[in-house]
Amino acid sequence: MIGFILRRLLQAIPTLLAVVTVSFFLIRLAPGGPFDLERPLAPAAMAQLRKTYGFDQPLGMQFVHYLGALARGDFGPSFSFRDVSVGELLARGLPVSMTIGGLALVLALGLGLGLGVGAALRPAGLLDRMVGLGAGLGLAVPTFVVAPLLQIVFGLGLRWLPLGGWESGAPSHLVLPVLTLALPQAAILARLTRVSLRETLSLPHIRTQRAMGLPAHRIVRHALRAGLLPVTAILGSTAASLLTGSVVVETLFGLPGLGRYFVDGALNRDYTLVMGTVVLVAVFVVVLNLVADVLCALLDPRLRLSP
Amino acid sequence: MRRIARSLARNRPALLALGLLVAIVLTCCIGPALTGHAPERIYPDLVRIAPGLAPHPRPETVVPALEGLAFRMRASVSDVIVRDGHVRFVLTAPAPIDARVLTYLPRSDLFGPAQILAREAEGRRLVVTAPVLARTFLLGTDGLGRDLLTRTLVAGRVSLVIGLVATGVALAIGLTYGAVAGYAGGRIDAAMMRLVDVLYALPFVFFVIMLLVFFEAGLGLILVAIGAVEWLDMARMVRAQTLSLRQRDFIRAAEALGLSSATILARHIVPNTLGPVVVAATLLVPKVILLESFLSFLGLGVQEPETSWGALIAEGARALESAPWMLAAPAAFLVATLLSLNILGDALGQALDPRRDSR
Amino acid sequence: MTAPDPYRRRCLAGLAALALVRPARAAPAGLYRRGNDADPGTLDPHRASTTAEAHILRDLYEGLLTYDNHGRLIPGVAEAWTVSPDGLTYTFTLRATARWSNGDPVVADDFVFALSRILDPALGAKYAEVLFPIRGARAVARGEAAADTLAVTAPSPRTLIITLAQPTPYFLELLTHFVALPVHPATVRRWGDAFTRPGNLVSNGAYVLRDVVPNDRVLVERNPHFHAAAEVAIPSVAFLPTPDLASAVRRYAGGEIDSLADLPGDQMASLKARFGGQVVLGPSLGLYALAFDLRRPPFDDVRVRRALSLVIDREFLAERLWGGTMAPAYSLCPPGLEHYRPSPELAGRDSLPIDREDEARSLLAQAGFGPGGRPLTVKYRFNTSDNNRNTAVAIAEMWRGIGVTTRFTYTDAKTHFAYLRDGRPFEVARVSWIADYADPQNFLFLLQGDNDTLNPGHYANPAYDALMRAAAAETDLARRADLLFRAETLALADLPWIPVMHTRSKALISPRLSGYHPNLRNAAPTRFLRLAP
Repeated sequence: MIGFILRRLLQAIPTLLAVVTVSFFLIRLAPGGPFDLERPLAPAAMAQLRKTYGFDQPLGMQFVHYLGALARGDFGPSFSFRDVSVGELLARGLPVSMTIGGLALVLALGLGLGLGVGAALRPAGLLDRMVGLGAGLGLAVPTFVVAPLLQIVFGLGLRWLPLGGWESGAPSHLVLPVLTLALPQAAILARLTRVSLRETLSLPHIRTQRAMGLPAHRIVRHALRAGLLPVTAILGSTAASLLTGSVVVETLFGLPGLGRYFVDGALNRDYTLVMGTVVLVAVFVVVLNLVADVLCALLDPRLRLSP
Repeated sequence: MRRIARSLARNRPALLALGLLVAIVLTCCIGPALTGHAPERIYPDLVRIAPGLAPHPRPETVVPALEGLAFRMRASVSDVIVRDGHVRFVLTAPAPIDARVLTYLPRSDLFGPAQILAREAEGRRLVVTAPVLARTFLLGTDGLGRDLLTRTLVAGRVSLVIGLVATGVALAIGLTYGAVAGYAGGRIDAAMMRLVDVLYALPFVFFVIMLLVFFEAGLGLILVAIGAVEWLDMARMVRAQTLSLRQRDFIRAAEALGLSSATILARHIVPNTLGPVVVAATLLVPKVILLESFLSFLGLGVQEPETSWGALIAEGARALESAPWMLAAPAAFLVATLLSLNILGDALGQALDPRRDSR
Repeated sequence: MTAPDPYRRRCLAGLAALALVRPARAAPAGLYRRGNDADPGTLDPHRASTTAEAHILRDLYEGLLTYDNHGRLIPGVAEAWTVSPDGLTYTFTLRATARWSNGDPVVADDFVFALSRILDPALGAKYAEVLFPIRGARAVARGEAAADTLAVTAPSPRTLIITLAQPTPYFLELLTHFVALPVHPATVRRWGDAFTRPGNLVSNGAYVLRDVVPNDRVLVERNPHFHAAAEVAIPSVAFLPTPDLASAVRRYAGGEIDSLADLPGDQMASLKARFGGQVVLGPSLGLYALAFDLRRPPFDDVRVRRALSLVIDREFLAERLWGGTMAPAYSLCPPGLEHYRPSPELAGRDSLPIDREDEARSLLAQAGFGPGGRPLTVKYRFNTSDNNRNTAVAIAEMWRGIGVTTRFTYTDAKTHFAYLRDGRPFEVARVSWIADYADPQNFLFLLQGDNDTLNPGHYANPAYDALMRAAAAETDLARRADLLFRAETLALADLPWIPVMHTRSKALISPRLSGYHPNLRNAAPTRFLRLAP
């Protein structure tokens, strides 16, 4: 197992390198640059800025410099937030995104697994149908519709909760963003759990156990191990996308997370900020997928850990 | 095939979903021709009309509308009488009124061609009559005064096309890539899958934004961009299937017969992976439509003169408090479509599940 | 097989907890939560470039002159000044009570330091050219002369002398701009680029920086050393960026933000209905226009340009589409500028729309388009945003009325700006301009033939350039106004840009907040505002 993890981590290095390379050249070749404002700069000012940030060098050289800095843990200066470095921006945004994404993940898992199991236990029962419909809806309504609706109902209508802002992570400010983020994920998880558990429950050996009159909770526990495999398999990418922030949720609720850096960075051609977020997200994806694979192996020892 | 049909026929929600889907597709295809409004037609005087069956202009808006028109004619209006679909009113101005100004009436979306009944005070006072038009906007109008029903239906075509074509693109790439990797095995497989890993780790939002920024944006590009990021899951799934198929006897037999790899892939491997692939594709369509709506939220989705449900919803979400119908109409269509597709995908998955055979 | 009970209990507990959470709606006493349309990119006044930054910098720093809450020029660090008869030499007397937030006195040398700093090419200041009226500034900024050749001197700690290259009637106004704000030399020398960080930043304005959370807030507090600290009523301000206007309005409605500096134009009717007098519209210094690429036929033909301009229903765009957050524009300069008279106007404002259409058709026919001629197709290039898109769609519909077909080319903002800056070919492009000072020169210089960055359509009319040069050299304000008026008249006849709308300032102001007066400069320094508890 340890050997497997180490090997996978080693393999991750070329993957990350490829990600860095592809995204570096993609963003650099995009039209426009960080200093193209609605009001164009004087050519002298533009030339000076390009020189200051080394844009006057050949792209290949710039790439080598960037890699060198990255290896030292230096993400470079940000072009849209000139008073702070990209490293600092990431360090401040990550806890925000991880708090909201982490809570959303827990909520989605709780809701999704709970409802999915409940639904699978009584196929065609009321709960099953409700979950089927609810999950379908959860998957069909865009987040940017859910968020304003929640704001209007809980913030303006009932006046229970604040409509936005971070306020250093005050609990009341987390509720709506977490809900918005968790609902579609809960829908995906509920659907997956329901389908896969239902299949497992109809497998011959489980049916035999049922026929033998084994207590329900033991059968469920039995079936869950296998039934949760598909859920665990997607958990890595789900967790990665939740923990690294959502641009919709952060924009609509005014939260200082990572998700906005991503989109704003790309649209503002803030090269270093985009690269920083890309690298960070790639690391999350690689590591969390590895965790998910290990979890799968723990759930089902028959699964070989293939490289 | 028949087994699948029978299984689906027994599944009432799935039938319902299928029926709804067909209805939506048909409405989107035929509907715009029947609403009586062109999708791009702007009614400047009928901006943000609430949905309803009643024809516009409403009787209570005739007078303010006439006053607005009179202002442009540099005249004032009085003695307005609306009767039998006609309006009769008096125009007065300090100077003689040029009769040509009456063309403002038929140009206003509200009235028909005007007729002068009487000319008084050396042309400074005109008695005019004109038919009051009756236009209905079942689902209201948007911020530019365009009929929302027509636009929603036209948008539906685009959204459905995006859903189908982008899924098709993802399917084609994923199927080929996965089957080749799985069948080739060994180093080729490892190398091909490494590329998939890289693309997985490359955040797709970034990738799509870059694609859209790079090339001159347009519908085709959105299709390609979405297809280009959504084939990864498909490729992984097909590869896993192929890996297990390769061990099966009939493939071994084909190899022993000396069939070429391409033939084996095309004749034996790909057809045998189709079941799960079809299910995955059904579920990918709603995902793709939703992804386009996300791009629209960022302002990178389908653009004028074309529109999509996502674009309409993004605009409607911003007007939620002032004109909720701008969100409601396209959102209802989108949700109904996605819900149906999801139910259908689930049902197909159940119907195709080989384990069902044993029952 | 029963539903797992513990699960249900957890659900209920969650719901109860949800109901127990009290909203943190009421702000800490005395905190003014000020909506700002974007997050500042920097708090270094010499690197700044946006209006969002300008609002914060105006609270943090004080220039020689500054604005009050009516947008009027008032003494800042300078308590008095004299201008030499030739209009070239300005002598400022600095306040004895002017202090930095660490207690140091603000001295004339601080301004010499600041002006040399922003003009130093190594700094890469984006807006340094605003200061080019100062003698020697242009050469210093281009690296052609040493910093000490700049005509800014400090003969005594309280006396500052600035000499100009040529008389500039709007020069005092330039001194309120963020490019002319002072920075604390010792802090800049000690911290370098990091001098703007909370804890490092020493400023001389009514407020001092307390905290910055990117994309969340900039928190400032009253500066006890400020010379008028006793009159500053609001103890602290949190500047909150509002990237999504619809959700910002919701937060305002929920009492989480006390004022918004930008509003969604397409929602104005409903905003006015919901918030009444809290919606405050005012004049501002911006122009929304369509530029033609004059190198490309048929757009080199003035008849085509005039025809396209004639049929644009500016009132519909401004009132209906932008909800009154724009004003119809028939001139390049917006009304209300200093040292000017009412702008000349495009012909046809008062004529009937049908006459305008007839005229447009006949102009197109003369140019060889329309019935009997070729069809005219226009490629309209704009950067994507809801309002730009709706404007483009509506204008296309108006052009369709005279038989012109419009195709859209839409790109993201950076691509659009870079495309125009690079001077690449286009047909019609959306352009906009927010002026730095309320003088017609700041609008009309855009179309000068030698303005290679801001004149994407390559308009070059020697007569126009001559008028602009003559105006720049003219010391008599009335004669200067005449020259500029003639230049604008010429530009409106040539129509290289179609003026479509003038921007207006738009704000939501909570009833708790008093002292806000909309003004042309869009200045609302917090030191003049009051917040009721």
